[in-house]
Order: sequence, then C-alpha cells, then structure tokens
Amino acid sequence: MTEKPKVGVYVCHCGINIAATVDVEAVTEYAKGLPNVVIARNYAYMCSDPGQLLIKEDIKEKGLNRVVVASCSPRMHEPTFRKALQEAGLNPYFLEMANIREQCSWVHEDREAATEKAKQLVAAAVSKARLLEPLTSREVDAEPSALVIGAGIAGIQAALDIADAGFKVYLVEKSPSVGGRMAQLDKTFPTLDCSACILTPKMVDAANHPNIELFTYSEVEEVSGYIGNFEVKVRKKARYVDVSKCTGCGACAKECRLAGRIPNEFDEGLGKRGAIYLPFPQAVPAKYTIDPEKCLFLTRGKCGKGPKCVEACPAGAIDFEQEDEIVSFRVGAILVATGFDVFDPTKKPEYGYADYPNVITGLEMERLVSASGPTGGNIVIHNGEEEIVPKDIAFIQCVGSRDKSVGNEYCSRVCCMYTAKQAHLVKDKIPDARVRVYYMDVRAFGKGFEEFYDRVRREGIRYVRGNPSEIFRRGNKLVIKVEDTLTATPLEDEVDLVVLAVGLEPRRDARKIIELLRLSQSPDRFFLEAHPKLRPVDTATDGVYLAGCCQGPKDIPDTVAQAKGAAASALIPLARGKVAIDAQVAEVNEATCRGCGFCVSICPYSAIELVTVNRMGHMVEVARVNEALCKGCGSCSAGCLSDSIQPRSFRDRQILPQIAALGGTR
Amino acid sequence: MEMTENQTFTERFDLLGCIQCGRCTGGCPVTVRTNLNVRRFVYDAYNEELLEELARAAEIWDCTACHTCAVRCPKGLKPLEVLIGLRSLLVESGKTQPSVRDALESVFREGNPWEKPRATRSDWMEGLDVPIAQPDQPVENLFFVCCTIAYDPRVQVIAQNLVRLLKGAGVNYAFLGDDESCCGSEVFTLGEEGLFEMIVEDNTELLNGYQAERIVALSPHCFTTFRTRYPNLKKPVLHYTQLLAELLEQGKLAFKGGLAKKIVFHDPCYLGKQSGVFDEPRRLLKAVDGVELVEFDRSRERSLCCEGGGGKMWVESESKKERLAETRIRDARALGADIVAVACPFCVLTLEDAVKALGYEEEMRVVEIMELLGELEVDQDKTNPA
Repeated sequence: MTEKPKVGVYVCHCGINIAATVDVEAVTEYAKGLPNVVIARNYAYMCSDPGQLLIKEDIKEKGLNRVVVASCSPRMHEPTFRKALQEAGLNPYFLEMANIREQCSWVHEDREAATEKAKQLVAAAVSKARLLEPLTSREVDAEPSALVIGAGIAGIQAALDIADAGFKVYLVEKSPSVGGRMAQLDKTFPTLDCSACILTPKMVDAANHPNIELFTYSEVEEVSGYIGNFEVKVRKKARYVDVSKCTGCGACAKECRLAGRIPNEFDEGLGKRGAIYLPFPQAVPAKYTIDPEKCLFLTRGKCGKGPKCVEACPAGAIDFEQEDEIVSFRVGAILVATGFDVFDPTKKPEYGYADYPNVITGLEMERLVSASGPTGGNIVIHNGEEEIVPKDIAFIQCVGSRDKSVGNEYCSRVCCMYTAKQAHLVKDKIPDARVRVYYMDVRAFGKGFEEFYDRVRREGIRYVRGNPSEIFRRGNKLVIKVEDTLTATPLEDEVDLVVLAVGLEPRRDARKIIELLRLSQSPDRFFLEAHPKLRPVDTATDGVYLAGCCQGPKDIPDTVAQAKGAAASALIPLARGKVAIDAQVAEVNEATCRGCGFCVSICPYSAIELVTVNRMGHMVEVARVNEALCKGCGSCSAGCLSDSIQPRSFRDRQILPQIAALGGTR
Repeated sequence: MEMTENQTFTERFDLLGCIQCGRCTGGCPVTVRTNLNVRRFVYDAYNEELLEELARAAEIWDCTACHTCAVRCPKGLKPLEVLIGLRSLLVESGKTQPSVRDALESVFREGNPWEKPRATRSDWMEGLDVPIAQPDQPVENLFFVCCTIAYDPRVQVIAQNLVRLLKGAGVNYAFLGDDESCCGSEVFTLGEEGLFEMIVEDNTELLNGYQAERIVALSPHCFTTFRTRYPNLKKPVLHYTQLLAELLEQGKLAFKGGLAKKIVFHDPCYLGKQSGVFDEPRRLLKAVDGVELVEFDRSRERSLCCEGGGGKMWVESESKKERLAETRIRDARALGADIVAVACPFCVLTLEDAVKALGYEEEMRVVEIMELLGELEVDQDKTNPA
C-alpha cells in the first residue's frame, strides 16, 4: 500500500427507500469532510447504469483508489459494484459498502436520528476502506459430472437434462425403483393424463441414458469437498438378487412363503407383497429385491426346507451372500431432489384415520383408483362390517395443511386440485355416488386449474364450505361433524368413505440430507433456497441445488420446471469447467500460529487442517486453510488465541478502526 | 386470555386471525342441542358496536368450555374465550343469573362456589388422620382437593378413598386443609375476570409457599387450570391418576381381589382433550383383575363432553333436546357396560343424572375411578413402599 488512499463516497437514495428517512444530502456533505475522502456524491439509484457510471468516471478522472457505496445490504449489490470497480481498472476488493437501508432507513422512523446513524455508518465504512488491500480471486477446475439425489420426477428430469448436455450424472435413489411419488399417482390434474403413461418413458430413458449411472436401492453416505470438487460415497444396499442375472420374471415372488403378507409401500399398504418383490409392474430397473427385515431366511436363518425363491429362480440370480457395496466418485455439482412425505393423519386423531378402515388418505385413494393398484382400479372399501362400493363419499381438504395445531402453517398447493381430480374419478367410476368436498378455500391457481374446478362442480360434485372437526361412527356409517359455514348450519353428514386430502411434508428422514450437505430449512421445515425469489434453486452451499418438493410443496409442472432450472444452474460450473474461489477467505500467519488446532474444531465448513511445516529448522504444526472450502465467516478468527488466523478484508487492523468510528474503542 | 388495559376485544382474542373455516362450530358438542354457533360469535364480535348485543344472547351460556374449538382451531385461536369474554361484559354490568351471582359471591367469601362455609372444607377428612401441609415441612406430593369433591357428599369419597390408598402405598403426601380455596376454573368460565385474577394471585402465593415437589390435583378442572392459567406457579402439577399410574409402574401399588365387570372409561374434557392424559386412567382400570375395559367409539381426543363444565353447574340449558350425558349413557348401554368409569367429579354428577333420567340404575352405575379402586383392597404383599 504505497499509494495514499483516495476515497470516493456514493450515497444512494434508493428511490425513497433511503431518502425518505435519511437526509442523503446531509450525509453526502458530512462524507466530504471525512479523512482521505476526495469526492462524495448522492444519486437516486446507485446500482443503475448511470449510477455505476458516476463511480467509474470518478475512478478514472479523480484517480480514486477506494470506493464506499452507502446503500443497501452487500448481499445483493456488492458483486454489482465490485464489477464496476473492476471495469474502471481498480481492484474489485477496494470496495466497502455502508448499509444505510436495511440497517438504517427501513428500521427507523426518526429522520434526524436516522441521518446521524447513516453518517456514522459511512464514517465507519470510510475508515475501513482506507485500509483495504487488493485481493485476487482464483479459479480451480470443476469435475464435469453431477450427483442427483432422488429419482422421482424432479431427479429424473434434472438428470436427463444434465446428461443430455453431455455430462456424466450419478442418479441415486433410495428405494428399489425410480419413479418416486409421481409413479404412485393415477391421473394427473387438470389434464387427466395418466401419470404412469407420461412418467414411464422418462424412467426408462434415465435408466438407459449413456451418461447416467443409476444407483437404485442406494443411499448417499458421505459428501466432502466443495463446488467443482465434491467427493461422494454411496452405499449400494444388498438386494440379495444379482441384477445382472435377474430377468424380472417374477417366479421367485410367486413362491415366497410371505407372498401377499407384507403391506406394499408403493400401494400405501393397501396391497400386499412378499419378502422378495418388485414394487410395481413398471418398476425401473425391473429387478427383484429381497426385504432384509422381512425375509424369513435373512431374519431367522431358515425358510422351510430351503428358500423357495432360490429354487424358483430360473436364472440363479438370488444370492443371500450379497453384501452392501460402497462406491466412491467425484462430482462438480450436487442436485437434491428428495421429494416429500404426506402428512400423517394419525396426528389428527379427531378424524379417526387409525380407527376406521374407510377413512383413507388422498395418496391411498390414488392407489385405489389406479388400474395398477391393489383393487385393479375398483373403488371398494371395508366399512368395518363388509366390503362395499361406497355411495356417499366425502373429501376433506387441508388435512395437515394451513393448520397450526399440527405445526404446518403452509398451504400444500396440490390438495385442492388432487381432490377435484379424485372427486371426478370417483364420479366417473361410481356414477350414482353422492360426492361432496369439504373445503375452507379452493386454491385453483395454476394453468387450467380453475377451469377444471368449474368442470368438476358441474359434474355434480358438491362443494360445502366448512372444515370438518370430527369423524365418528354411527352403525355402518361414518359421521362427519362439520359446519356449513355459508348457511351457518352445523351438520352431521353420514358417509361411507372419507378421503383426507393430506398435505405435503418434508421427508421424515430429511435430517440425514441436511447433515450430509449442510442445508438449512425454512420455517416450514422444507429445504431453504438461497433467495426466495432470485435464487430459488440454489442453496447456501455453493454447488448444491434443489429441485421439487424437498424445497416446498409443488405440483408436477412446477416440479419439472424447477428441476430444469436446477439442472441449468448445476450445468454452469460443469460447462465452464472452472469455479471461482472467493478471495475473502481466512489466512494463517504461519509464523505466529501455535498449531493448537482450536480453529480446526471451530470451523463449520471443515476448511482448516493442521499441517507440519519447517519453521527455522523446527518441524511444527500450523493451521492451513483450504480456500475453496472457506466461506470467510470469521469463526476461526474469533476463536484464535494468538490472532494468527484472520479473514482477508476483515483483519483486526481493518475492522477495529471501523468499530472505533462507530463509537467503539480500539 | 392475557389481559392488557388498552387492547380491543378484537386484538385480545386475535379475531383477525380467524379464517372462518368452521372447525370450531363443526366440533362443538352442544350444537346438536342448542343454537350456539361459536364461529358466528368470533365473526360478529369483530364489530365492537355489536358486543353488548352479543353478550345478551342466551346461547353464550350453552358453552361447556370443553375447549374442542380451541384444540381444533387451525389458526391457534380460542373461540370459547370469545364467549367467555362476552360473559365477562355481562358479569361486569351485574346482569347475570342469580345462581351465577351466588356462586361467584360464594367463591369470593368462602373460597368455594357451593355456598358452604370455609370452616367445613376439611370435614370430609373426619376419622382419616390426614396429614396437613406445613410451610416449613418438605412434602413430595401436595394434594389439591377441589371444592366439589370437598363439599359434595356424592363425590367426597374420591378424596377419602385416595387417602386410604396413599397410606397403604407409603406415599409422602399432605393436604391443604381449610387453607385450600377454589382454583377458579369455573370462575374463569363464568366470566368473572377480576375475581379469577385475584384467585390466581392468592393461590399462586399459597401453593408456592409450601416446600412441595409437586401438586397433585384431584379434579381435572383444577389440574388443567393450574397448568394453563397459573403462569407463576412454580411446581409441576399432576392429576391423581398420573400419580397412581406412576406408583403402579414402580411396583408400589397393586390391588387385591378382582372386579368381574365390563367397564367403559369416559374421557373428561379437562383431563383428555385439554391436558392429553388418556392412558393413565385406563392403566389403573386395567390393573384390576377381572376388569374388561371397553371403549366408546367417541373416546380419547374424540370424547363427547358431558356438559358439566363452563359454569353449566349454575346455568340450566334452555334446550329440551337430549342431554349429551344421556347420549353418552345410551352409548355405554349399547356397549353392554356395567360401569361407566370417569376421573372427574363433574362427569360423575352429570352422567349419574343421565343414568337416572334414562332409568338405567339397575343395569349400570357411574363411578369415579377412585371410588372403584377404594372398593378393592391394596395388596400389601405386592405393594412395595419405597
């Protein structure tokens, strides 16, 4: 730093966001009197082109070598102004921002006091700006491949897009088949096209794509590294079936002694499978799997005179010796598409879901109306006394959504429409059925949704405005206790079948993914995106992207759109082949570091390790920062006992004067 | 229902949070026999000019404070408290029914709503040698009897049998004697806010003054009121069924002799719905040899209110339709139950009236669990005092 600091201060009005509360003229005048300040100006929108131009011209004409912009939080526009500095030939890290919007004008009402505070913030920024050093950001190579976690429609779509762009994709799915929730659905709203018909081709494409390596019945166990260079370990759980031999003929399943005894997860427990099973006919891969928790041979060591499946298999594919396998690989980007679970209605015991077989969830209804479901698409239920075709059918909306009493304040977005669709399908299959939908509000916001809602009502589905409170039994009928709020009439409605339009919740095992990838959750417990509007598919961890319902409830079109968006984002580092490493990271003074390792244990990003160096003939341990992993959070610096580790641009000698200018002491 | 001076009615009850979904009225048990529509009150009370008129509506006194509306509300509102708020307006203006006025006055003067002298509150203890709590003596379980159990000869047996059982099980305990005063549960629901506030203050000071590890309430009404409306009470509060279930589990309590009866347990609203105590009373009943425990279809969270709470002991309903207690007894009859067991003094009174009204005295009886357990001997061999 040989050159004397020449600081330019730029005070932004942000329209009236700042100017209405802060006297920007007064702040500008004040800034002119601060040490080393060569020029101070104010402007309506500093981030606009003309605003940036002011800065660039001053840099050239007045020879500025430090810039202070007093405007908003650096979160949005620090990159904007850094770029402006760079374009004017100045090191981009010679910029300091004073946040006089979020931390001043937006939170204060007293104009005079707010103006004084803004002045102090500017003075502090100038103090620091004088002490800034030039920094250079580096680039490292990015691995040209991606990991996609979850092979529902979101994961499949994202994997296909990345693979089609020419990059390798590792697609990891926890269950034995790809397809996810969409594969469980019968028809899709509002167009009523068959879910399996539009999904199955994509499932097959994903399995056959030369650039996609598919791991089903597998889970990601470990992720380390950083954008461009993640190390991934995947556990391929033992299927006890050699997939290279299995032809999917199904002879084994027929012979299994537990055939038809185990609730099939894919059918939401309505159908039954054996211990060796294919979850559904269109499963991809079409390979059988043995359920290790149920199989008699695996749990008890014997199965009659010998496992019948082994005898039955013409290909000799069954292998009880098979073990889990760990596979490792490197990827440049990770896309999370782990989907959702439906709300567990036993948490609302007033609806009697656990008590009555004829109270079912919307997802169970999907299996019940599906031709590939346990009843072959016939709507038949047990009313506690006998199997019947229900004639009085009620749907209850918002079960587990918009409901503080179960901790879910959000709207699940799909239940209004899947209910309308199911009501239509019921009416289609049982034309003389009396179908009513109990609702609070109908949210038909998507393309073609309102039109579909109109159609369904005209088909004779009765919409009754009131959210039911309780279900109990009277004879062989279910009684719904509800108020018709439009006529203020309390009702006891007797029905044969109740379908609970259960909402969407984060996966029950979402915690695993959160810990694996250091994701955050929004208050609704879904994974948190980097910005609710402008970075909806990114996360706070660079190189990790979100798609589908793991980020929040959404329908199939929105899921596919988000998956394509996330794929495009993940492709950026892959296509470029390089990723930039931020320069504002921690740096160790190896001459004073005592190698105590305290910072290693503090670092939330595992970015620090101890290495042995030769210090004047002595081999000593010192901390070393992996700059690609470091986020510059400063935790290490706060913890360091000898002030030996400090983030660049936030060194003690830079921020202590800044604090002093705010009224603190050094 | 936190009170602040300058809050409007709308703010106080968060009326703007309501989305008019109707779950409150839908779940309200009394809608089958009265005109009460609690949602309409939540909606109308938003218009402050209407408040006086709303407070004069007879049906605000039909609410039994079972809290179903509050438990089910998806937005965290407590619709019943709007009705109580309206009752308050009436109580404040002195226009309540004489029976309500007398009950409240009795609480104020004698510490109980039954117009009995304070000095006779401990009469039920006669001949039982009940330890009375002393402020300087540590005690594990400090019992709170409840006005109804203390004074009503029909249900005094609950306390009496409990004392006998505690002695047998070697539990460290004490009662409050004549120092005990009404918990205010019914004062609150009758809408006498000032008196309730005073009661809470006095009782908090009284109860915090003892070196008790915990407070054990005999009535679910006292139990829930202490738990939810006594912010400064420093001790944990239990219902006696929780304590006894705990003793059972620790092997400190066992019953001799059996009872070959079919019993159905009726969940009191204040114990179940409001406080989540469902299993303990059932565990006690199952611990008795020979008992066949059956369940109402509407049990646990879906239990049907007996209409004993919400000040209904002092306000007669105008409806001529079947009482819910009678519906309940009919259901019990259909189950073939010999005994309807409850764990609340109010439920005993309302359900027993229903048995009489329906003429089922020969076929079944209503008993409080403690009454039933008192008829058995505590098995000293199996019981293992700590």
